Amino acid sequence: MPRTLFDKLWDSHCITTGQSGESLLYIDRVCLHERTGGIALKSLEERNIPVRRPEQAFCMMDHVLDTHPGRGDRTAIPGGEAFILRAREGAAASGIRTFDVGDADQGISHVVSAEQGIALPGLSLVCPDSHTCTLGALGTLALGIGTSEAEHALATSTLWMARPPGVRVVVDGRLRPDATPKDLALYLIAEHGADGAAGAAVEFSGAGVEALGIEARMTLCNMAVEFAAVTALIAPDAKVFDYVADRAYAPAKLPLKEWMALHTDAGAHFDRTINIDATRIDARVTWGTSPEQGVNVTGRIPAPRNGTARRALDYIGLAPGTAMPEVAIDAAFIGSCTNARLSDLRSAAAILRNRRVAPGVAAICVPASAAVKRAAEAEGLDRIFRAAGFEWRESGCSLCFHAGGESFGPGKRVITTTNRNFEGRQGPHVRSHLASPAVVAASAVRGRISTPGML
Amino acid sequence: MQPFRCHRGIAAPLLQANIDTDAIIPSREMRQVSRKGLSSGLFSNWRYTDAAARHPDPLFVLNRPAYANATILLCGSNFGCGSSREFAVWALAEFGIRVIVAPSFGAIFQKNCIANGVLSAIVPDAAVKELARWVEDDPPSRLLTVDLATGLIGSGLGETPFEIAEADRARLLRGVDPVTHTLTHADAIRAFEKQRFEKHPWARVSLAADGKIRTG
Repeated sequence: MPRTLFDKLWDSHCITTGQSGESLLYIDRVCLHERTGGIALKSLEERNIPVRRPEQAFCMMDHVLDTHPGRGDRTAIPGGEAFILRAREGAAASGIRTFDVGDADQGISHVVSAEQGIALPGLSLVCPDSHTCTLGALGTLALGIGTSEAEHALATSTLWMARPPGVRVVVDGRLRPDATPKDLALYLIAEHGADGAAGAAVEFSGAGVEALGIEARMTLCNMAVEFAAVTALIAPDAKVFDYVADRAYAPAKLPLKEWMALHTDAGAHFDRTINIDATRIDARVTWGTSPEQGVNVTGRIPAPRNGTARRALDYIGLAPGTAMPEVAIDAAFIGSCTNARLSDLRSAAAILRNRRVAPGVAAICVPASAAVKRAAEAEGLDRIFRAAGFEWRESGCSLCFHAGGESFGPGKRVITTTNRNFEGRQGPHVRSHLASPAVVAASAVRGRISTPGML
Repeated sequence: MQPFRCHRGIAAPLLQANIDTDAIIPSREMRQVSRKGLSSGLFSNWRYTDAAARHPDPLFVLNRPAYANATILLCGSNFGCGSSREFAVWALAEFGIRVIVAPSFGAIFQKNCIANGVLSAIVPDAAVKELARWVEDDPPSRLLTVDLATGLIGSGLGETPFEIAEADRARLLRGVDPVTHTLTHADAIRAFEKQRFEKHPWARVSLAADGKIRTG
């Protein structure tokens, strides 16, 4: 029987299926971070339950650590240091490799997992973070879970899960040069709703996806959780095999024959197929407090259809009918597991070169990993960002979410490359507008929401 | 974990769609490396006019006297979307919430509910709104009875069926620690792993004697 890529990954990890219909899946890699890793490890310690395969577990410092130059364990977030210390201590006691503060390979979990070859095609990987689906771009069965399930995975190398429905998103045609995978994701979510793929495993395919580079594919898969998907996948191809080759945790000899079978068979069943014409996608921006509330950057805010939309407009402080390019911003943020890899920084820098951020706009760039930061600096991108008036930071999740430390300030309007524009996500009463790195850079320069073409 | 069988309590409506885990518990409220001490941070952006000073906003539903002892939430679709933070469920449970009724849930949030003995009951949007309308007339006396065994929510409207995955129903009824339960499959896990490493050696990470990582 023809199988989908997801079916193949599921079948190859299924230990047993219970009477209730849930399967016990074997988990090849567990990634932790300091926000919840310490809690999971402490809870196991207290019950004298060992970590079953510490060599296949990893701990990344990313969520609460400071991103200012010269940082240590002290955090701007009240109490943040305790999370770092507890995770470090717990990981060391269990023999788990930590990508620690100051480590040359530190960075945001999902970015480091890819850079280090921890995530590989055909593996299963869990992490107590919802954006774990990012790694589906490599053909990894990558699942975001809670702390209790992380504890369970550390103790048993398994996860119980009901087989989710399959949704295929076929992207026909190629994105135009001024459209990015972020725009594609925001368009998809706006068209089909923030719960458009509720509980489903999404596979992105089609010429528009095949044409994307690996980092672009990661941006697309990253946003799948904002589409309510349980995970996202893209069939691994030669680009992926080249990407993973020679990475620290990749095997010396890649099992190419096996990996080349990781694709959806002709005629395999999906519960739903969504077709998208990539050639029609323009630069996007959100106007509300859900990633589904978005329009073209050149568009206007629609009339609210319901109470949820009215509430969003009230929070965001904009009236229906407002043209997005008229909206003035107070801050611009380039960072996060969504859009702060090297290609994202290059795309922003291309716009910022020989330009300055508009007066009064606070602009911050936080590379997604120490390796991204190093590579960007080797190309001189840091000098472009700094000369334009951007802060250039150490890597981490940073201002993607507010944890009590830094904030843009109440009422401030931020254009951001991150993934969530929820109320209060980036700080109490901060108004977030999601967009691509190019749109964020252009908006920073113009001081209003802008496409690069408007400069 | 306490087993869940049947619960009767005051229900509070929070009907807007897409209430995310950042709204349920803002990250800044996750102050200690602990599953505890979170209930005062629950919905803190909405519950307080000044979150830092903890000044209650009298308009927020859970601050209204009629809903003060609510143990059931009636919610809109995609409730608990967003961040995987289990702190959201720990905060709800500590506050006293035992049941959340919604047309759909964020997938990770829903699993977190079950792991903490909170029942996530799926009811179509129109039926959730009907329940909310019925409750709103006099919340303290118009209690809902949520029976996990029958899958029905009892109210003055009659009995409203809810959906829950069979495995989750069993977990809630059992109330057993999931790690202990899974370790009853330890032999099957070991056998599967042995075969996996033999057939797919590249999937295995090991540390060589020289301290170097070896994959495959």
